[in-house]
Amino acid sequence: MAQATFEEISASDFFYRNRDIAGFTNPSRAIFAAIRELVENSLDATESQKIPPDIYVRLSFEGEASKDTQIYKLRVEDNGSGIQPRFIPSAFGQVLYGSKYKLKQTRGTFGLGGKMAVLYGQIMTHQPAYVTSSTGLAKVYSFKLMIDIQRNRPVILERKVLINKEQWRGTIVEFTLEGDYLRAKSKILEYFKQTAMVNPYANLTFVDPKGRLYKFTRVTTDMPDPPKETEPHPYGVDVELLQRLIQVTPYRNMSEFLKQHFHRVGDITAQKFLEFSGLSPSKNPKRLSHEEVVRLMQNLKKFKEFLPPDASCLSPLGEGLLKAGIMKELKPEYLVVNQRKPSTYAGHPFIIEMGIAYGGEIPRKGGFIIYRFANKIPLLYDEASDVSFRVINSMNWRRYKVSPDMPIAIVVHICSTKVPYKTVGKEFISDRPEVRREVANALREIARQLHRFLSKREHVDREKRRLSIFAKYLPKIAQFSSSLAGKEKLPDVKKLIKSVQKYEKEA
Amino acid sequence: MRKKLKSSVAEKKNEVLGSLKSLGTNVYDQLDSGYFPSISMPSRSTENINYDPHLRQFILGDKSVRRSARNIRHVKPFTQLVWAARFSHELASQRKTSTLRDVYYSAQAYAMTFKDQQESNNIITDLETVLGFSREDFNIFPEERSAVFGDLTIEYTVPGYEGRTLNLTSHPDGVLIGPALTSSEFVSTTANKVIAIEKGGLFTRFIEENVHKKFNAVLVLTAGQAPRATRHFIRRLHKEMDLPVYIFTDGDPWGMHIAMVIISGSANAAHLRELNTPDAKWSGVWATDIINYKLPTDPLDDVDIKRLYELQRDPRYKEDPLWQKEIKTFLKIKRKAEQEAFSRYGLTYIVDEYLPTKLEENT
Repeated sequence: MAQATFEEISASDFFYRNRDIAGFTNPSRAIFAAIRELVENSLDATESQKIPPDIYVRLSFEGEASKDTQIYKLRVEDNGSGIQPRFIPSAFGQVLYGSKYKLKQTRGTFGLGGKMAVLYGQIMTHQPAYVTSSTGLAKVYSFKLMIDIQRNRPVILERKVLINKEQWRGTIVEFTLEGDYLRAKSKILEYFKQTAMVNPYANLTFVDPKGRLYKFTRVTTDMPDPPKETEPHPYGVDVELLQRLIQVTPYRNMSEFLKQHFHRVGDITAQKFLEFSGLSPSKNPKRLSHEEVVRLMQNLKKFKEFLPPDASCLSPLGEGLLKAGIMKELKPEYLVVNQRKPSTYAGHPFIIEMGIAYGGEIPRKGGFIIYRFANKIPLLYDEASDVSFRVINSMNWRRYKVSPDMPIAIVVHICSTKVPYKTVGKEFISDRPEVRREVANALREIARQLHRFLSKREHVDREKRRLSIFAKYLPKIAQFSSSLAGKEKLPDVKKLIKSVQKYEKEA
Repeated sequence: MRKKLKSSVAEKKNEVLGSLKSLGTNVYDQLDSGYFPSISMPSRSTENINYDPHLRQFILGDKSVRRSARNIRHVKPFTQLVWAARFSHELASQRKTSTLRDVYYSAQAYAMTFKDQQESNNIITDLETVLGFSREDFNIFPEERSAVFGDLTIEYTVPGYEGRTLNLTSHPDGVLIGPALTSSEFVSTTANKVIAIEKGGLFTRFIEENVHKKFNAVLVLTAGQAPRATRHFIRRLHKEMDLPVYIFTDGDPWGMHIAMVIISGSANAAHLRELNTPDAKWSGVWATDIINYKLPTDPLDDVDIKRLYELQRDPRYKEDPLWQKEIKTFLKIKRKAEQEAFSRYGLTYIVDEYLPTKLEENT
């Protein structure tokens, strides 16, 4: 009888085996995911320093791989914060590097950033990745790396140190990967366009394998404040997180433990909570039994007196920037945006921002065009499953005199320390009542304003038409009646036309 | 030979021109005094159309409507009306004629596009209503034409033909009842009756069989429902030349109604007078003729029967018991027959046998 063997696998190995989860499902999706991961890394790196991003992406053809796929070299340059040299190998050569005991609004969908992209490239082409970075100080560091998949360790093949004569700051990543650009092209271009829409302060440049240049230019250098790190809110913790906190905490009593590791817990709240859960304030958290930890977690969720999470850690776009971005990419005739007040779901703060754009260069598609964003990244797949899609489609649009065959685009942006994605695919937002309510409220507000705009315009149009009818026919009546009556002089109808003019300025 | 009766043709021309001009003056004066011009006219809505037993035709009641250039919905039709008046004045004063179709296209030269033919026809009807003259008086004729044949001498009044006379037997196909004939004076006739016929085939047969001589008749082809010009023409033959009028149509509700419109006019022309001939007689083909002459027939279909019930309720059909009797007979036998049905007895039977009998019956 054969004996079953169990072996431990590394995180790299795990993702190698389950690359579907991270979005590297097929050759066209993989190339899209690689670009997206690196661009989002770059955006985060620039935004954290409030530097208006300049991101350059080049995808070049290296050779045929199979019947449907090709080998490409992907190069992404940014002007972000740069990475300190000692972190570079781990940042790109070790999956799940870094510890997360704090929460922060970030773009990265999986926290894998470029690592997964590099890993995928290595798997498919067996080529090393090149990472060059500088924090703007005296030196530029350049690494040639591979990942030891089984041990989940970076392997440094080459390390160069250069003098940073031009005081350059930023990061350049270059590696080869296999993919299908032709099929990915439309999604990639859509991705850039939509990214430009919610990052109106960014310059994005993309050169595709055919040498075509796509440029998205910034319209402002105003940037939102970078997101701040925050402690987890008591409502949002699970046993796993609690246990990890207990392991790393330097605090030796429950009162300090609660105050230091949780969001919006002060002396009084901590005291009340400990009374509520029957724990001694002086108890050492490391001495809690497993059952006590579970009970603690349950009580954290039950206790009603925690203050709601504070949204100051969030970095929404703001109405001004959202407006600028939509204006720049969609060029509508009319645009209104609305930012909701912060709200929470399950202990996580979130903010909904929405915009509705009408006319101009927006095409008529026979239905609303919906642009969805989460933490400033576009969501391009599974639109019909998204909560906003449902809210938009269940709205009684007739009340707002809006019909789906009008040229209308609706933009939804949710930002949160934890975006409520429904599935591991992380392409759509789940239908949580708190989120649904905020989306619906924002939508109603912008729909009301669109309605106001449409009815005012219709009114002005009707008035213009009315006036033009009088202006057209009264002179004719004058002409025909004069000739019929045999009169030389035409009667003056200007006064009559003026008398039917209701709105002096608009007409 | 009868004595020449001077008709009102020339006089009427002046009257029409005058009324067109005064419409223009009216509108002009209102505009010139700084008002939005308006025009009142009798309403042509169904509830304002009444049957007048005395005149034996439909007339318009007292309700009137006001078209004002101040009203956004009226200003376009108002302009079209003034344009139509001006166009008609030009036609009439230059003694030119036009058709309804022509009116529709002429408007476009003045950037006065009509939505469709119906819209332009309606405006002409408005003009008729405002002034109380029919469109033929404005020299606007419909496309459909009917014909006349028989010993009637007329004198033209149209430009280039003034004073020339014509005897209406001079062309064996008959003479078109067009603008020139409509505007001519009647000089003389030896005929002592008018026979109006619905269909061209029978009209030609009657000419070939010398019906005009044998029966001393002026033959008029109505070509289906008689155009207004033809109805007016028949009326003039009756009034000015004192001729009794006999109408022969198919033996079905539609033929019956062709006769009725000649006799009592139509609801559509309730705003007009002098288009009908109340003393004219419907001489056949009757439902009872179908039985008496054993004519080959077709069954009445659903629309025929529906039409019969409509006619039964129509006030015009309540005047003379003949109508009600024939309607009832049609409904009873549920058959209809065309004029050509007499051909089963030979080509000349209708002239030799049927016609004398029917004319006898009617007098």
